[in-house]
Amino acid sequence: MPFSDQVRARLDADADHIIGLYPGSRSALLPLLHLVQSEEGYVSEDGIGYCAGKLGLTETEVTGVVSFYTMYKRRPVGKYHVGVCTNTVCGVLGGNQILAELHEHLGVDDDETTPDGQVSLEHLECNAACEYAPVVMVNWEFFDNMTPQSARQLTDDLRAGNQVAPTRGPGRLVTWREAARILAGFNDDQATDGPAAGPADLVGLKIANEHGWTAPEPGPPGDKAAGDQAPAAAGGQTNKEPR
Amino acid sequence: MTDTLTPVLTAHWDQPDIFTLDGYRRAGGYQALPKALGMARDEVIGAVKNSGLRGRGGAGFPTGVKWGFLPQGDTKPHFLVINADESEPGACKDIPLMMATPHTLVEGAAIASYAIGASHAFIYVRGEVLHVIRRLRHAVQEAYAAGYLGRNILGSGFDLDVIVHAGAGAYICGEETALLDSLEGKRGLPRNKPPFPAVAGVYALPTNVNNVESIASAVPIILNGADWFAGMGTEKSKGCGIFNLSGHVTVPGTYEAPLGITLRELLDLSGGMRGGHRLKFWTAGGSSAGILTDQHLDMPMDFESVAAAGSGLGTRSVMIFDETTCVVGAVLRWTEFYQHESCGKCTPCREGTFWLVRILDRLEHGQGTDEDISKLLDICDNITGRAFCALGDSATPPITSAVKYFRDEFMQHHKEGGCPFDPVATTAWSES
Repeated sequence: MPFSDQVRARLDADADHIIGLYPGSRSALLPLLHLVQSEEGYVSEDGIGYCAGKLGLTETEVTGVVSFYTMYKRRPVGKYHVGVCTNTVCGVLGGNQILAELHEHLGVDDDETTPDGQVSLEHLECNAACEYAPVVMVNWEFFDNMTPQSARQLTDDLRAGNQVAPTRGPGRLVTWREAARILAGFNDDQATDGPAAGPADLVGLKIANEHGWTAPEPGPPGDKAAGDQAPAAAGGQTNKEPR
Repeated sequence: MTDTLTPVLTAHWDQPDIFTLDGYRRAGGYQALPKALGMARDEVIGAVKNSGLRGRGGAGFPTGVKWGFLPQGDTKPHFLVINADESEPGACKDIPLMMATPHTLVEGAAIASYAIGASHAFIYVRGEVLHVIRRLRHAVQEAYAAGYLGRNILGSGFDLDVIVHAGAGAYICGEETALLDSLEGKRGLPRNKPPFPAVAGVYALPTNVNNVESIASAVPIILNGADWFAGMGTEKSKGCGIFNLSGHVTVPGTYEAPLGITLRELLDLSGGMRGGHRLKFWTAGGSSAGILTDQHLDMPMDFESVAAAGSGLGTRSVMIFDETTCVVGAVLRWTEFYQHESCGKCTPCREGTFWLVRILDRLEHGQGTDEDISKLLDICDNITGRAFCALGDSATPPITSAVKYFRDEFMQHHKEGGCPFDPVATTAWSES
């Protein structure tokens, strides 16, 4: 069933904003697909038709794009979409076991949703958090250094409606639809929540500080592109003393 | 003598508000941009060239030279595209960088755009990192409000719009031409080269595509000088870079060091292998570079030395596995990844990775023969150099290197009728 006039008016305002950002309108297609996914929880035929209409594309063209990318879902997923990384590092460190135990614990297979509609499950490829292996993502937020036990607890909390917070992320875990809206281009108010970096990100820096190790001092002003002052820059650290 | 570790891009990650404009400025941020805007464009490109900075996304092409490829004095719009699609197995440097210091990337984007004459910069970030996307977008908004982006930046007459563009899940979009197709709202299929992006990139207009860390590195290079950067590292692999240690090490983590540091040095810093275990195999540059062994502990991790050892420095993604790990199983998982991520455009990659998975699966489950190993190598030989883009070429080194160093282990699976390794022994909770 096509979107109601009310929904369409709301989507139009967002879609027009997105399209206006790009020098070429078709560039707005990926964000628009995130937008319709935020409306319905997945990319429906109506969503595809809407995007096609906004951008002057055929529905076939849009469908071809949707099917290429794994983050677009063609049927509803859970309010909380749980992804377990099983690429080699995470898998070896226990991601394989976590995924297997969650299958059993939740009674769902990959790409299936619990009957209450709360949690869906998927195995992921590398999500760029290998130092925190095994990693689980919920609605694309990081849950680091997971165990089978903590993963089961996480899904229990999600199903019970208990508040859970990502390891490196905001205080409030957003829903699948809210996440899709952020992906489309509309931030919530949580950008400044959470740590700048996780503990593993700081390991080398801490060791360097303990030893007083730094990058060299910038050279003298004779160096053509060198700084004529030596500020502790975005980048450069001039304090040689261990902290 | 340069120090063992040289935190530059990571130097302020321990400052809790470093991701905000205030925090970044307090750490000395946004001092390179006015300096660059006071230089001629050629001078900015020259500084990056002279620094010796080579692409930090894996290919290692000189960044300043790449900037210099864009036409000068033409009337066409130019574009900067930042490849923030970090998805290589083992790679986890760009995502934490953008989480902690998104303003470094924004400042670098402004410097690079000025140098190449671009009035639009896109940050193409993989979609599966929601908080990083929030942080990037917030940083861009702050930078606009402070006059570091937008019209007439810092009174220089230079205009720039920066757009944070979230991908939708596809490793292939880290390949620069596939990324451009994706950015144009299409399936992420690689393009023929030539024409190269510098001539016909996004919207068929001159475009420069750079990795996140490359763009971020331009900030301290402009601020501290080309010679300062070139004073670190080795003769042909200059500067410092982010190394990520993951897997069976006591303390996994991020280490920013001059190029040329060895695994032995990094292991010494990270407390060595996890308790009671020994190094079996590792990667220097992510799975695509293939595996190395303990005979490479003292190999300098620079572009030349790692290539000479038959591997690649890639993204300095150091994944480390101890003797509890089955190399056949590890390589099978990587190969399943390449099969899944193959875009399907060319036959060698699409069909080749499909058959590689089937044969490796058979071997892992003890049903493969010596002939299967020959067949694996034969298929690898028929993919490498014959695929449309680098993804096909990336699928084979894990296999060929594993067979090279651990051929007996492949056969051991056959002799024992299954995998001889205990999957629980490899896990983070196996240590008693």
